[in-house]
Amino acid sequence: MAKGLSVSAKTLNLEINAQFGSLLLHLQARIPAQGVTAIFGPSGSGKSTLLRLIAGFTRPESGLIQLGETTWTDTQNDIHLAPHLRACGYIFQDGRLFSHLTVDQNLAFARARACADRPGPDEAALVTSLGLANLLQRRTETLSGGEIQRVALARALISNPHILLLDEPLSALDADSKAEILPYLTETLRHCDIPAIFVSHSVDEVAYLSDNTLLLNNGRKQAFGPTANILQSLDLDGIADDRDAGAMVVAQITGHDARLCLTHVAVADQTLTLPAIPDLPVSDRIRLRIRARDVAIATHRPEGLSIRNILPVRLEAIEQDLETSSAELLLSLGETRLRARLTRAAVEALKLEIGQDVFALIKSVSFDSRITAS
Amino acid sequence: MIDPGPLWLTLKLASLVTMILLVVGTPLAWWLAMTQSRIKPVIEALTALPLVLPPTVLGFYLLLVMSPNSPLGALWVTMTGTTLTFSFTGLVIASVFYSLPFMVQPLQTTFQSIGKAPLEAAASLRASPFDTFMTVVIPLSRRGFLTAGVLSFAHTIGEFGVVLMVGGNIPDQTRVISIAIYEHVETLNYAQAHILSAGLIAFSFAVLVAVYSINGKGSVRVG
Repeated sequence: MAKGLSVSAKTLNLEINAQFGSLLLHLQARIPAQGVTAIFGPSGSGKSTLLRLIAGFTRPESGLIQLGETTWTDTQNDIHLAPHLRACGYIFQDGRLFSHLTVDQNLAFARARACADRPGPDEAALVTSLGLANLLQRRTETLSGGEIQRVALARALISNPHILLLDEPLSALDADSKAEILPYLTETLRHCDIPAIFVSHSVDEVAYLSDNTLLLNNGRKQAFGPTANILQSLDLDGIADDRDAGAMVVAQITGHDARLCLTHVAVADQTLTLPAIPDLPVSDRIRLRIRARDVAIATHRPEGLSIRNILPVRLEAIEQDLETSSAELLLSLGETRLRARLTRAAVEALKLEIGQDVFALIKSVSFDSRITAS
Repeated sequence: MIDPGPLWLTLKLASLVTMILLVVGTPLAWWLAMTQSRIKPVIEALTALPLVLPPTVLGFYLLLVMSPNSPLGALWVTMTGTTLTFSFTGLVIASVFYSLPFMVQPLQTTFQSIGKAPLEAAASLRASPFDTFMTVVIPLSRRGFLTAGVLSFAHTIGEFGVVLMVGGNIPDQTRVISIAIYEHVETLNYAQAHILSAGLIAFSFAVLVAVYSINGKGSVRVG
């Protein structure tokens, strides 16, 4: 991804079997070291532990960790490469800038020890694009949370790692700082040629940033694949915040309407309309997020309705939560899956049944991110 | 007038001992701060022993080990032609043992308070453990080093029992301030004893004020 395929597409090969307190981490995965991969799952599912194992900060009782041809951990052959010998950068939740150094000196620390086996990112461009020019002389304790993470990102990239590990880099930030840094993070990760693994428990961040997702639950791999596929097939209950639950939909831009400020996209053979995304050219593929609570159901195509996005779908499954008033419906439109949250009373009143053809009324579609050609 | 001999000797002894302790005590303190070894409590206890033992006990055994009749003392005599006991060198060795906890304990506390976070950050930027120690741990431990150095220095200046047992009272060799004071009192030369004693009180007070103000909260842990 980024600017086309990276020349040296490698694989991060993980075979982990390790007990950490009450958590049994037991998984195998082959993650393409390319683009951004999210490790996603509820708290306590072993996401951060997995990242620390990859970095070499902790050792598994039994396991194999390889990046391309290089073996980092191989318990069978008693190999445990020290963390500083692994070509991986790490962004910590709390930034961990060196408090005895200025911002500039923190960057210099990384520069002096950077991987020299291939050209690194353009430091001046990084400083500019991350907006660090005015911070260089500052002491680290005077920086805000968002500034700290921007410096940490620059520092990690300047060390020119073969892979960058990010451990919930936004979780310590308030909503404003998050909104401030997310675009920087996305842009930077997409434009530098360093693959990244990103741990998060926020659907929004995963959807926004990642190309692939490793879904982790209770120390085990639940699924691995393109983020859009994972998130749209995902029963998000229990993993995401309730209000976030929904589906990721891959769509293709078919046209812009400048007068009404709209963009038309194709999903399966249907058309959706959303607020204009003027920067993206026609035929670009994008990800959309449609939250379950924004989808209503009608048994007949309604008329005289303000909602413009109405899709014919098939009802695939109904999950009733008997402890609450709500029910969640899984809907299919070709290969695409949508979710709708109704009240159980509505399911009963409309006599909804599995296999039935109904109409999904979509109150709101949000643009998530552009899918670059691969 | 007072004899400047004991003054210079004391400063020389304290400086030398502090420098040796920085070299010896730093790795020991680092190991104690980082290790999860089961023998850690044993080593910690050994390091802290000089805090609780009467100096005469330590002095007694150091005297036995360094005496020309012991293997170590005999070896020293064959190598240098002089004895370790009742010499400045013997005094330095004894003082290093005696002041060891004053170097190791503040450093260990400092290293522990730094924690693993900066070490992991440095490792993620490809800094080796030694590199990390020199460029991250030491700068972050400046106050700890200052505290440990000042305390070791001041404590060496203040020692008496060990010096008397191991070094005796030889001018320009082992006659440090505390010994000189003792001798002045024995010979009823109170004026001289006053000058030296009051000087030591003022010096020690100034050192402690300096250490406590450096540490802000006044939480120097010794013993």
